[in-house]
Amino acid sequence: MTLLEVDAIDVSYGDFRALHGITLTVAEGETLAVIGANGAGKSTLLKTIAGLLRPSAGQIRFNGHNVSHTPAHRRVREGIALTPEGRRIFASLTVEENLKVGAYGRRPGPWNLATVYDAFPLLAEKRERRGAHLSGGEQQATAIGRALMANPKLLLLDEVSLGLAPVVIADIYKALPTITGKGTTVLVVEQDLTQALTVADRVQCLLEGRTVLEGAAAEVTREQVQAAYFGVDEQEAG
Amino acid sequence: MSTSTLAPQDLKVVRGGWPSLAGGGVLAAVVVFLAAAPWFVFSPGDVTNLVTLFALIILGTTWNLMAGYGGLVSIGQQAFIGAGGYGVIKLADVVGLPVPVAVVAAGVVCAALAVPTSFLLFRLVGGYFAIGTWVVAEVFKLVTQELPGFGGGSGLSLTAFQGVDRVTRIATVYYLALGLAVLVVLATYLLMRSRLGLGLTAIRDDSVAAASLGVAVRRSQRIVYVAASGGAGLAGALIAVNGLRVSPDSMFSVQYTAFMIFIVVIGGLGTIEGPILGAVIFFALQQLLDAYGTWYLIALGAVAIAVVLLAPRGLWGLATRGRYEVFPVGHRVYPQASPQEAQSVDFGRDSR
Amino acid sequence: MDWINAVLQGLLLGGQYALLACGLSLIFGVMRIVNLAHGVLAVAAAYLAFWLVQQTGMPSFLTIVVVIPVLAAVGYAIQRGLFNPALRHGELSPLLVSFGLAVIGANLLQEIFTADSRKISIGDLSTASVELGPLRLGVFSLITLVVAIGVIVGLQLYLSHTRTGRAMRATKDDPEAATLMGIDERHMYALATAIAIGTVALAGVFLGMSTQFSPTYGDLVLIFAFEAVIIGGLGSLWGTLLGGLVLGVAQTVGAQIDPAYGVLAGHLVFLVVLLFRPQGLLPKAVVA
Repeated sequence: MTLLEVDAIDVSYGDFRALHGITLTVAEGETLAVIGANGAGKSTLLKTIAGLLRPSAGQIRFNGHNVSHTPAHRRVREGIALTPEGRRIFASLTVEENLKVGAYGRRPGPWNLATVYDAFPLLAEKRERRGAHLSGGEQQATAIGRALMANPKLLLLDEVSLGLAPVVIADIYKALPTITGKGTTVLVVEQDLTQALTVADRVQCLLEGRTVLEGAAAEVTREQVQAAYFGVDEQEAG
Repeated sequence: MSTSTLAPQDLKVVRGGWPSLAGGGVLAAVVVFLAAAPWFVFSPGDVTNLVTLFALIILGTTWNLMAGYGGLVSIGQQAFIGAGGYGVIKLADVVGLPVPVAVVAAGVVCAALAVPTSFLLFRLVGGYFAIGTWVVAEVFKLVTQELPGFGGGSGLSLTAFQGVDRVTRIATVYYLALGLAVLVVLATYLLMRSRLGLGLTAIRDDSVAAASLGVAVRRSQRIVYVAASGGAGLAGALIAVNGLRVSPDSMFSVQYTAFMIFIVVIGGLGTIEGPILGAVIFFALQQLLDAYGTWYLIALGAVAIAVVLLAPRGLWGLATRGRYEVFPVGHRVYPQASPQEAQSVDFGRDSR
Repeated sequence: MDWINAVLQGLLLGGQYALLACGLSLIFGVMRIVNLAHGVLAVAAAYLAFWLVQQTGMPSFLTIVVVIPVLAAVGYAIQRGLFNPALRHGELSPLLVSFGLAVIGANLLQEIFTADSRKISIGDLSTASVELGPLRLGVFSLITLVVAIGVIVGLQLYLSHTRTGRAMRATKDDPEAATLMGIDERHMYALATAIAIGTVALAGVFLGMSTQFSPTYGDLVLIFAFEAVIIGGLGSLWGTLLGGLVLGVAQTVGAQIDPAYGVLAGHLVFLVVLLFRPQGLLPKAVVA
């Protein structure tokens, strides 16, 4: 069953159009990776799905109904949660308080403090530490945990690996099977190709605000992805 | 905005142009009319009232210089209005300076007073700076009340005009006020056209970015604060020589701040024309509606709120949509070929 | 002994200032708005209580049951209707809007209640005192101080330990990230203002019970509340309590030197703190 349908949306910042008629669907239970270089429009896409930006054309349907005009705070209650670019941890709140704020909407579901600490054991040790004093990896784990506390149907992950050491990235991605195992659908935006292809069922590649490649993760080749990623013609690349 | 690029030689930089010259001409004609008018149009009462208008133009222009360009919202400029009022009386009656010299000297004294004050107040930012200025004004008022020779709670009267006939007195004050108002507006214009003005415009648009581009934010703000306080002192001195007496409660009244904010906000914050327009509107409303007392002030408050929320660039901005300046502060860049058709790129004028 | 008495009376007066100041501190802490209508709202609360006592004959202290909810609702409406839209135009706009509100409020009060001074009667309580050796402490002032401490403790507990309090602090840290948690930023801001103006209402009623007030009295209230906040340190409710106490002591000790110097001494202490310790006495010791 289709959980999210993004239908031909355009998104602009002032005069600059960041997305041109992007179409994308995510089926319930699957993990989709959206990949692309810097400025391809990946973060814009996630922000638009979460409701922080409004599309100037097109429609977003979630769970069968149109949420294009639903404000961000209500989309959370409908089951869309975003871990934003830059993590955006509440600096003056402790890790545990950050997680509790994540549960503000009181959606029922499998995630609570105990299950989040299970999935991210490093957070349990740091629960009393303030957001301002966390390392990058701890912040990222807190941000994902915080989003999970909302018990989303759809979890949007923006650039999990950005600025983190490989060992830390691996540590965080270790939790992903636990998350999908509880039935959460995941849409991940990633620059790290290897990670993206490992965790995803399907990949969609953006270039300058347009979709240039789409397919099952197991079927697309690295070369295809790389060609699409940099906008090189396949023949030239081949 | 098109993304095509033009080479520098294809561009023409325009500051103002003939529409601004025409506007300036109209304004100059108004000034000439005002200079001639006392002799055939206005009664002595009108002339005295007009001095109030000129003082309001000075207050509005200098408050705007501070808040609109410097990003410093002061609600305590009555400190310098009061100091200017008391100062001119002391300078004329005790020191014995001729009244016009005393008025200018009072302005200079206020600017000097603003220097140490700024070092204290610049430790606060934003809204807290605003209330801090008010505390300073209260201190000025309380100290003035306690100082020997300042008349305590009842204040002072100006005696320097004793023996001068009424017409000469009124004419002296009128021309002094008109001249100072013109001077203050022109000085503000020249200041904004200068390098300092460019820096201030950058501060108004984004003070963090301005600082990173090498604009000395604090120093520029201090210059503006000192200049604006000198202007408030001039206005206070004019109000005192026009009314012939001062008292702590009237000269240090926070009401003046209310007036300045209305004038600037209604006219257009961050423009040179706005405060002049605002002062004229405010003055006209005051003449028409003063009899309604408190309701008049309630209406002013409501109008100011409405303008802030609905037309944040004021009536001047609403009327011109930012496309026309009598006092061209910014630069416009046109492709050489046809300035009329081409899209202009606006520098200096903001696009908040 | 006169001096010790002056200090003690100052501490009691400081309780009133702290009570008046915590709303200002809260609104600034959450939204970075300096509410210039703060003083007028306190005086409006005093007038409302005065009017209720006059019209219905209800006991003076009971009026807070009506006054606090009414003013809190006014605070909610002001935030939703005026401050939230103003915030979109930058930090200058809320300041200007609140100044407009202050002018409107003071003149409306004058139109409705005239410029005459009023006082809310509390009967014998206004003169009741407890003796502490040679010193006499006003019972009402003691109650005010206790209430001030109670309000500050209450606000701290609310912000630290409730779901809404945490959401409020999260919104303060990062409003956009807060909306991603399902928090409606505009509602949260309005709630913060409602609570703040609720405390202002309480403070205003206590003010009206202890002193003569008139429509323009809000100016002084705003200045004193502001001084308490700055002396104590921005963003700290305990600092605000300390600031209120310091200001109160400065005023009574100043008045002990010469009655005309009371208020001036308070201002001077404020300026001295600004000069030597601009971050305040207790900066950011606690969240809020």
